[in-house]
Amino acid sequence: MSTVKEKNMIDEILRMSGSDPKRCMKCGKCSATCPAFAEMEYHPHQFASMIDQGKIQPLLTSEAIYKCLSCFACMERCPRDVKPAKLIEAVRLCVIREQSRNHMTPDDIPCLLDEDLPQQAIVSVFRKYSK
Amino acid sequence: MQVNETAKEQFRPVIVAFCCNWCSYAGADLAGSSRLNYPADVKIIRVPCSCRVNPLFILRAFERGADGVILCGCHPGDCHYSTGNYYTRRRMTLLFSMLDYMGIERERTRVEWVSAAEGAKFAATMNDFISTVAKLGENRKLRDLRCKK
Amino acid sequence: MQKIGVFVCWCGSNIAATVDVKAVAEAAKQQPNVVYATDYQYMCSESGQTLIIDAIKEYGLTGVVICSCSPRMHETTFRKAVQKAGLNPYMLEIANIREQCSWIHKDIKEGTEKAIILMTAAVAKVQLNKPLIAGESAVTKRCLVIGGGIAGIQTALDVADAGFEVDIVEKKPTIGGKMAQLDKTFPTLDCAACILTPKMVDAAAHDKITLYTYSEVEAVKGFVGNFTVTIRKKARYVKENLCTGCGICTEKCPMKKQPNEFNMGLDKRGAIYIPFAQAVPKVPVIDPDACIKLKTGKCGICSKFCQVQAIDYTQKDELIEKKYGAIVVATGFNLIKLDKFGELSYGLCPDVVTSLEYERLMNAAGPTKGHLLRPSDGKEPKTIVFVQCVGSRGNSCKEKSYCSKVCCMYTAKHAMLTKDHYPDTDIYVFYIDVRTPGKNFDEFYRRAVEQYGVNYIKGQVGKVYEENGKVMVQGSDLLSNEQVLIPADMVVLATAIEPDESARKLGTMLTASMDTNDFFTEAHAKLRPVESPTAGIFLSGMAQGPKDIPETVSQAGAAAAKVIGLLAKDKLLGNPCVAHSDEMLCNGCSTCANVCPYGAIEYQNKEFRIPGGVETRRIAVVNEAVCQGCGACTVTCPSGAMDLKGFTNRQIMAEVDAICK
Repeated sequence: MSTVKEKNMIDEILRMSGSDPKRCMKCGKCSATCPAFAEMEYHPHQFASMIDQGKIQPLLTSEAIYKCLSCFACMERCPRDVKPAKLIEAVRLCVIREQSRNHMTPDDIPCLLDEDLPQQAIVSVFRKYSK
Repeated sequence: MQVNETAKEQFRPVIVAFCCNWCSYAGADLAGSSRLNYPADVKIIRVPCSCRVNPLFILRAFERGADGVILCGCHPGDCHYSTGNYYTRRRMTLLFSMLDYMGIERERTRVEWVSAAEGAKFAATMNDFISTVAKLGENRKLRDLRCKK
Repeated sequence: MQKIGVFVCWCGSNIAATVDVKAVAEAAKQQPNVVYATDYQYMCSESGQTLIIDAIKEYGLTGVVICSCSPRMHETTFRKAVQKAGLNPYMLEIANIREQCSWIHKDIKEGTEKAIILMTAAVAKVQLNKPLIAGESAVTKRCLVIGGGIAGIQTALDVADAGFEVDIVEKKPTIGGKMAQLDKTFPTLDCAACILTPKMVDAAAHDKITLYTYSEVEAVKGFVGNFTVTIRKKARYVKENLCTGCGICTEKCPMKKQPNEFNMGLDKRGAIYIPFAQAVPKVPVIDPDACIKLKTGKCGICSKFCQVQAIDYTQKDELIEKKYGAIVVATGFNLIKLDKFGELSYGLCPDVVTSLEYERLMNAAGPTKGHLLRPSDGKEPKTIVFVQCVGSRGNSCKEKSYCSKVCCMYTAKHAMLTKDHYPDTDIYVFYIDVRTPGKNFDEFYRRAVEQYGVNYIKGQVGKVYEENGKVMVQGSDLLSNEQVLIPADMVVLATAIEPDESARKLGTMLTASMDTNDFFTEAHAKLRPVESPTAGIFLSGMAQGPKDIPETVSQAGAAAAKVIGLLAKDKLLGNPCVAHSDEMLCNGCSTCANVCPYGAIEYQNKEFRIPGGVETRRIAVVNEAVCQGCGACTVTCPSGAMDLKGFTNRQIMAEVDAICK
């Protein structure tokens, strides 16, 4: 069973994401469509199901939350409007807020950029760290 | 503040709902058979069609102490009698603007389309309407002076 | 003065659990003119009804109030009971304390208070009830079936066999519907054509059945037992009575560029065509949008070759007006459009097909003569991926919220038939759940898995794209928690079904209610599943909701039984709750006639005696057989002369007063 702290965190995740994982019908279309599937330890459908069951501890410590590209393909194609990408983003935000690392200074950015990085990824990074 | 909150909670509005026999009354029945909850403040009067509701009935309700009146009919195009709900829509637009002019807030009156399949919508509509009226408080504008004690 | 009896039902614990029924009965005794009040466990039961009848006789009751379930449930039951006791059946009012009280409230105090108010309102209303006598109307002993698919054909045959005349209106040039397009049918794998075409021929040959193919319903007027329907018989440009169905015209037509609807556009047909070889009637039709003769005046080849001079380029649409006692809606279904499912590449990649297209590709009479060839290059596919639930069970605007019901079974069928003909084909089925409730259905599906080795993968497909002549399918395998990529030769989408687009327009014409998905709603989900809430309208087949062929046929038979029950009657009792104009108040202004949707109000000049002579005034008179009792006229009447029996102004005011007290 999840602790009180975890329960609060789940409430916060549901509030931030505006998603209701109870709507999920376990079709797996999110994971079927995910371009970062191979990179992720937990996959979009697992986020929906694990958050619904209160098992968020493994998610909080997983690298998967940083591997999500925020391409929103899962959200776009989900037949039940569960918004897995929003859930993943919310878990990530929870972790970042816990660690009081909710911002990045402009000086940190140049050294992280490299030639091959697609534009979309940079925009996604801004989405991730500007909240 | 706390006192006000409790006072507001204790206020139970009197709400009259007119439901057409074919869609909304069946929708209300469906809300019941689906065990969807809404406050007991609303009492339903069955009419064959929403167009049977004479504006006088609504005036009468307010006169006798109703705090809100809601009219439910079939969706436009779905009226069992083809066109009844169109008459309702026009009549009520006029009546409600007159009531508004008389000081009975717009929020106390409503026309809503609820089909026989929309039990959930019926319950949600009633919950919303009741809480809206409850927030406005007791209706004091239109009262039959003969009833005054 | 009225003597009123109040009967409070427990409905077992349905009402009694949240409403103190004894308290309601006690409160009833305090109401004016109430001489008797009691409660009982099941008022609708035999003994409950006897209790009511005995009380009416013993106390000489003139009005009865029953506090029970919805009047939509048992009003008729109680009216009959009251009538048995010698009281007019309309001296009864029902207070709905189940659906609108006990089932929605949890608190006993709250529920009881509300039940008492509802009871008070009903008592207040019944004080003003007047005995009403229902008028009678004759029944036209003919039935109209709209839609000539298996549902319509079966209903028509059953009704006609009982000796009543039936007309089938079908908008396509032939009857047969979607079932004619199918290859084999689950779970027994009978060939669809072999079991359907004899029925089509039976329908055409039956002396009680008239077919109106290539026709549509244009307008519907009237009411149960007395519908007047206008049918538009579209110009076929071929004289049905002369044509022998030899088909030479279709062979000679030079305009062979039209997509063949019957084969789902997978091949071409001419401008003059017979949809398929077993069409009934086997009479060709000219497509006016394609025919050179009709468009430019030149050509006329078909008419030159026709040996019986059946071609008539001057034919016009014909309007037929007929009377019917009952109407059966059997408008069927279509697959949804897939233009909003870009990720599945339907329409982009020719080898991604819908299940109905696959059905044609498998069919011996189909565009490939039953040889399974993929549309892009005409090669035999070696790997086929089936995707389930495409557009079903979703909650976004492009998806349907319901399960389409037949896809799981026909996919298992497709997989098995494919394996039968081409054993070395690899078949993958992406599924969310496999739903097989039906006789021998699960066994059928297990056979596909166990005997045929069809690979069922639990998961949905996320992306389909073309690469090097292959159709790449990227999907989830949820049980092994993997993302799989299958290079397939063909992809078959189990596309969601939706009601035919003609249903909405028809629903409005018939004033038959529909649900949010445009399926026709039944009068009661369990107890009246084949009747529409609108009297005289019956439902058959997919028009009411997704169902397979066995279910459709049984529902079609049930609808026929209901139609026969109606047509067997000589007279119908009308609804006595109709409008009535008080001639002393009416000033003949015609406002009421303008709002009446049925044209039920006429005007008469009537002589009235006034002091010192006679005055002739124009007054409104309601035709009680035509009036349906909506009450639109009662509100619009400026002089207050018009009132609705059973729902009079005074009755409703009394209810309002009781509630607002």
